[in-house]
Amino acid sequence: MPETLLEVNHLKKYFPITKGLLNRTVGQVKAVDDISIRLQPGETFGLVGESGSGKSTVGRTILRLTEKTAGEVKFKGVDIHTLPPEELRGLRPKMQLIFQDPYSSLNPRVRVGDAIGEALLDHGLCSRSDVRDLVLETLESCGLSSYHIDRFPHEFSGGQRQRIGIARALILNPELIIADEPVSALDVSIQAQIINLFSKLQQSRGLTYLFISHDLSVVEHLCTTIGVMYLGSMVETASRDELFRHPLHPYTKALLSAVPIPIPKLKRERIVLKGDIPSPANPPSGCKFHTRCPFAEEVCRSQVPVFRDAGGGHFVACHLV
Amino acid sequence: MNNLMRIDGLSTHFFTEDGEVKAVDDVSFRVREGETVCIVGESGCGKSVTAMSIMGLVESPGGKVTSGSIEFQGEDLLQLDKHTLRSMRGHELAMIFQEPMSSLNPVIKIGEQIMEPLRVHLKLNKKEARAKAIELISQVGISRPEQIADSYPHELSGGMLQRIMIAIAISCGPKLLIADEPTTALDVTIQAQILDMLRQFKADSGMSILLITHDLGVVAEMADYVIVMYSGKIVEEGEVVELFSNPKHPYTRGLLKSKPVINQRQEELYSIPGQVPNPLELAPSCYFHDRCEHCMPVCRSKQPVLQDVGNGQKVSCWLYEEALIHA
Repeated sequence: MPETLLEVNHLKKYFPITKGLLNRTVGQVKAVDDISIRLQPGETFGLVGESGSGKSTVGRTILRLTEKTAGEVKFKGVDIHTLPPEELRGLRPKMQLIFQDPYSSLNPRVRVGDAIGEALLDHGLCSRSDVRDLVLETLESCGLSSYHIDRFPHEFSGGQRQRIGIARALILNPELIIADEPVSALDVSIQAQIINLFSKLQQSRGLTYLFISHDLSVVEHLCTTIGVMYLGSMVETASRDELFRHPLHPYTKALLSAVPIPIPKLKRERIVLKGDIPSPANPPSGCKFHTRCPFAEEVCRSQVPVFRDAGGGHFVACHLV
Repeated sequence: MNNLMRIDGLSTHFFTEDGEVKAVDDVSFRVREGETVCIVGESGCGKSVTAMSIMGLVESPGGKVTSGSIEFQGEDLLQLDKHTLRSMRGHELAMIFQEPMSSLNPVIKIGEQIMEPLRVHLKLNKKEARAKAIELISQVGISRPEQIADSYPHELSGGMLQRIMIAIAISCGPKLLIADEPTTALDVTIQAQILDMLRQFKADSGMSILLITHDLGVVAEMADYVIVMYSGKIVEEGEVVELFSNPKHPYTRGLLKSKPVINQRQEELYSIPGQVPNPLELAPSCYFHDRCEHCMPVCRSKQPVLQDVGNGQKVSCWLYEEALIHA
């Protein structure tokens, strides 16, 4: 068993709701409420959920881009959230983030080559004279050409910009990449190219991914283990095949059945959920999903289900399983 | 089924500083009564501009419908004066957009926004219009309709706002509903609700739907007839079952293969190389040629014509042209 690369234990992130002149705290948004994740090297963990489920906040809190409320995040055994800033900075190149929107994550006035090489120089990982060669090499492994190095972001298409975003992360030689909806803004044909780039880079560099997405078909393609989030909590975690073949939680089942499949006149059973995702500032009592669950019983309204192993490492939080 | 709308040789061009962009280039198709036609394609293929041209919403100056005709119930929409067109929009022709948050006026109550077309087109008085608005809100599956009618757009979620948009669109009983990426900004569980609802309204009222989307899954679920666009041109069209089971154009085939499908995982995903050509640099050629694995010399120099290849399918590709010549 290789060493665990990332271990997230009971992570919580609450945002205060303030009101009035004195900014009194009148409530809390439990964006991330007791999440645990384990990532082995070379693995791809897919975090799925709808908007507002807290999946992006998990990614940001793991990297300590926002401070946690409770819990711990260990990267190769080191607790990121208790490290002094200087040491954390030394660790940063090993954990990189790729964002959804390739349009707003690049400075329009900085040449692409400089944007990619910037972090290397900042962290003192490379001398000024060697940067250009490294940038060229990284551009190439991300499917861009050497003549792109002196161009500005506006000269690139969405797919190419996402390649630049990947190159920026990759040049630091990271071990963990957290990718937050990296293909959601892209067209189907470009999306396929970027998905394949992710797979290729993982094979050639032994990368570990935490892949955050709302698109179950993309997650099935890329990820080895998948966690489903609902209103800040993990409702189900299992290996890819297990989750897609034998989903246990009603929410996972509903999500899977809601994804349109490109086969016309296909008859399948669909669980249509009623209503919207409730506000995380005021989540339902008991099981947070009970307000939309077609199978909800009395116990679901009053008691919080325990997140437990339903057999063979398939974890689920549901009273009815 | 009778034709409800027939578009013939429609071209919409935009005039930019860098040159002329043929956003929609000689596009012809029809929508029959009670039919759902889907236009599918990637960003920049001209699918939304086609919809805007039908509604007479192409921004001018800057853009212009340069040629063609849009015959709707026997009348050419492009020849109508502003006033007549205005009386049809929101009445016989309705449209819903991708971003429900930005399509509603943030400072006007939901109820009043639904009442507006009812009062203008159906000439209802205030009381009747409000009653009808409340009925419409409950029809689109929102509970507490009276309370919702008195709230402002920012108080509702994206899914609820899209329902309100649909309520406004169907309020005057349109013959044709144009839906431009109506579920793209929504979560899958909400998308499923909205698509179900559109299907239901279509079955109840017999209206036709022109659905514009980039999602092949949505197409398979909704369409009777599919039109595939690429760089402003139709590259393939046909009945939905035929088109999905037997796609002819290399672009359609590539699109279908590059979409990951749940429970059909493959080790490597097929991907179409390259990217869409710059619309300013289009020369007479098949616009897909530099991404096509079957590219032949003729593809680089001459534009193929959309033609019938049997089974009600039409394709614009030299591969089939050759086959026809040799046959």
